[in-house]
Amino acid sequence: MAEAVTKAPPPAAQKDSSMERQKQMIAGHFRSLSLAPQTGQRVAYTFVPGNLTELMHAFDVLPVYPEINALQSAMRQLSAGYIREAERLGHNEDVCTYVKCDIGMLTKGNVGPTGEVLPPPNLLLLSYTGCFTFMKWFELLKHEYGCEVAMLHVPYLADGQPTAEARRYIVDQLKAEVIPKLEKVTGKKYDEGRLQTLLARSREAEDNLVWVLDSAKARPSPIDAYFGAVYYVGPIFSAFRGTEDAVAYYRELRAEVEDRVLKGLGPVTPDGTLTREKHRLVVEGPPNWTHFRDFWRIFHDEGAVIVASTYAKVGGLYDQGFRHGQTDDPLESLADYCLGCYTNLSLPSRVDLLEKYVRDFKADGFVFNSIKSCNSFSAGQLVMLRQLEQRTGLPGAFIESDLVDPRYYGHANIKNRIESYLQMLEQRR
Amino acid sequence: MTPQYFLGIDLGSTTSKAVLIDAAGKVVGQGLTNTRSNYDVAAQVAKAEALSDARLSRLEQALVDGGFAGAAQLATALRRTARILASIDRLEVLEARCAALARAAPDGGEQAADAVHRLFTRITGEAEAVFGPLATDRSRFFRDVVGARFLAEAEAAAGRREVPYEVVVGAWDRAIIEVENAETGDGFDGFLDRALSGLGAGSGARQAIDRARRELEQRPIEVGCVVGTGYGRARLPFPKEQIRSEILCHGLGAHAYFPQTRTVLDIGGQDTKAIQIDEHGVVTNFQMNDRCAAGCGRYLGYIAEEMNLGIHELGPLALEATRPVKISSTCTVFAGVELRERLSLGEKRENILLGLHRAIVLRAMSLLARSGGVAEQLTFTGGVAKNAAVVQELKGLVTKHYGERTLNTHPGSIFTGALGAALFAERRSRGEAAPVLEKPRAAKARPGNVERVP
Repeated sequence: MAEAVTKAPPPAAQKDSSMERQKQMIAGHFRSLSLAPQTGQRVAYTFVPGNLTELMHAFDVLPVYPEINALQSAMRQLSAGYIREAERLGHNEDVCTYVKCDIGMLTKGNVGPTGEVLPPPNLLLLSYTGCFTFMKWFELLKHEYGCEVAMLHVPYLADGQPTAEARRYIVDQLKAEVIPKLEKVTGKKYDEGRLQTLLARSREAEDNLVWVLDSAKARPSPIDAYFGAVYYVGPIFSAFRGTEDAVAYYRELRAEVEDRVLKGLGPVTPDGTLTREKHRLVVEGPPNWTHFRDFWRIFHDEGAVIVASTYAKVGGLYDQGFRHGQTDDPLESLADYCLGCYTNLSLPSRVDLLEKYVRDFKADGFVFNSIKSCNSFSAGQLVMLRQLEQRTGLPGAFIESDLVDPRYYGHANIKNRIESYLQMLEQRR
Repeated sequence: MTPQYFLGIDLGSTTSKAVLIDAAGKVVGQGLTNTRSNYDVAAQVAKAEALSDARLSRLEQALVDGGFAGAAQLATALRRTARILASIDRLEVLEARCAALARAAPDGGEQAADAVHRLFTRITGEAEAVFGPLATDRSRFFRDVVGARFLAEAEAAAGRREVPYEVVVGAWDRAIIEVENAETGDGFDGFLDRALSGLGAGSGARQAIDRARRELEQRPIEVGCVVGTGYGRARLPFPKEQIRSEILCHGLGAHAYFPQTRTVLDIGGQDTKAIQIDEHGVVTNFQMNDRCAAGCGRYLGYIAEEMNLGIHELGPLALEATRPVKISSTCTVFAGVELRERLSLGEKRENILLGLHRAIVLRAMSLLARSGGVAEQLTFTGGVAKNAAVVQELKGLVTKHYGERTLNTHPGSIFTGALGAALFAERRSRGEAAPVLEKPRAAKARPGNVERVP
């Protein structure tokens, strides 16, 4: 309802001004991709968790992230058709909907979010094996494209901290498997100095991102650290880490948020600036993409701001101290990055992290969005919820939806659940 | 004048409920109707019924206060007669509409219309027997009661080749939707006059009632504040702060019925809610199903249809089971298939039914566990709490998992949410820091919220 946001919201979605820069960056990237068959630039398909973007840039390889294409398709209301197409081809209803969306998009001509055709990959770079589905996904793509595959096995982080052995194990694979494959498809030699330069740029961008995510500790929070943050983490989780563009983007974003803090402004929502922060929440789990704006509205209509989320960390737990290029050996730094991605953490580490968020960001409660088609996230979430409730003394909300399959998003039910939850928090005060 | 009464409206996905309470929190009127597809109409009907009910309560009170012999029985008879008359009014409208539709149907005509009239003549003739027990545990819905009678009569008549069955049933299906929630009759005063016509004009009872009616005219029931809840609550034309989630309302309503209760289970039409509350009825935690509505109230409705039974007949039949059948599917549709399969294998209906009832409770048990378990007293709310087989299975499984617990069910269980809403309305009128999303306002009820009911 309008009372929590500024009156007379403009019809078009409101956005941060840094969004304009991000939009141009994305447009430029997809242009380069569409031209790759002519320019001869090499292309690798890869995943967001544990991505080796700087290493790819060191070989002038253009990355494509099928997960991001899938969520973009969902936001443009195309995923339902793509999923139907994949199911028509024989993929079961229970298969990860990111995969089916990607397969459907591929079948329909592989047109990316900007309307340009995506080039086929020269390399399938599987940089995170914690999700078994990723392996099966790339098996399908390998069958389709018959290109080179590099697989990096990332051991599960049982104790929450990378061990020397795990680090060494990954570095060995980078040297023996990933780098030789990149050399093979590009015909270029690995240049460690170049990688160092790229990692240093990543570090600068990461510092500013962490500042932005941390700003949610302010009251009112100047950002929404879930719905808003999915835009903020976009460049750093995807093709732009290590680029000058990313450095400039995060400088601009930080300046923008600093300004909001000074003015005491709340987050920008698609319906205007949130003027009355009534609830501070932590969210676990990815958002639903098919109804992203409606889903967000359920929260901001009630004056609820997400002050921290684990989803904004799937591409790196920078807020917990990790930075690219921290160690002298750049490959060790990449190894630490792969090991520490959020879905590679054990359930106890995830509960620890959520508890820390609730306390550090002074949250009033927390919401778990259980995703039907993502076991990496959803397995164990009920146990996590219970433990978090016990440790914080706060009740949690548990909702169920899906990433990109609109059939598994029930707006009325979710709205009912969240509204009830927020009214309960209010009543308990 | 200070508002005397507070109204809670619970627009559920299956039924809509309205409860009117006085300033002391005592329930003075209740209204209940099928929601079907129209929340707006359902809200109006439930509210009108609650207000009529409250006026009847005032008259009843006047009789009892009069202190003459047989006052209580007279009050009960008055209420029963009023309900029968209202049902007869509705039957007349339904008959006319049904006959018109049968006449206009492609295979219909005058003969079909005459057949409809004959069927209704039988039902109207039995009105007292049919609508008399409405106040008891049987299904209270006009549609269910009349529907069961009408279809049985139509089937029998069709067997004797007296009516064109398809035409008549087709006309019924359309007519009932139009008529079940329509305004009928000549209003409260009209049917009250008729109900009272049997009472001698000079009798003490008649005088007491007339006095009470005059008093009602002078001091009409004023609704100070309304709070809405339930799935259709967004349809209510109230400001946001007069809309409460049904979780909070069920918590508070259950607390009003049973102050010692700390756990509440509500099995509604399309969701099941496990709620934990504190000693003030404030919700401390809750869990509910979403994405899949297996095992909710509608499940029973579906099973009843599959078995050609009235929904109120399921529980008693299930209790006759000698050995419950294990139903492996929690999906309503699959359970229906399993039901037919078991029947074809010769399994007894009551054994299968008990298995289906247990399946519902098993689903609820997992939500209860998720919400924090079962405290010393558990209150079962919602329409399904009327089903004795569900209560029995719940009791058994709670004892098994949590040990000896008190399981409360209230005769007004279906009104729990609306009662909670009415209590929120009362608090709101006092400006108490009720769980409104805004800061508490001044204690004054806003003029726009005061409704005068003649």
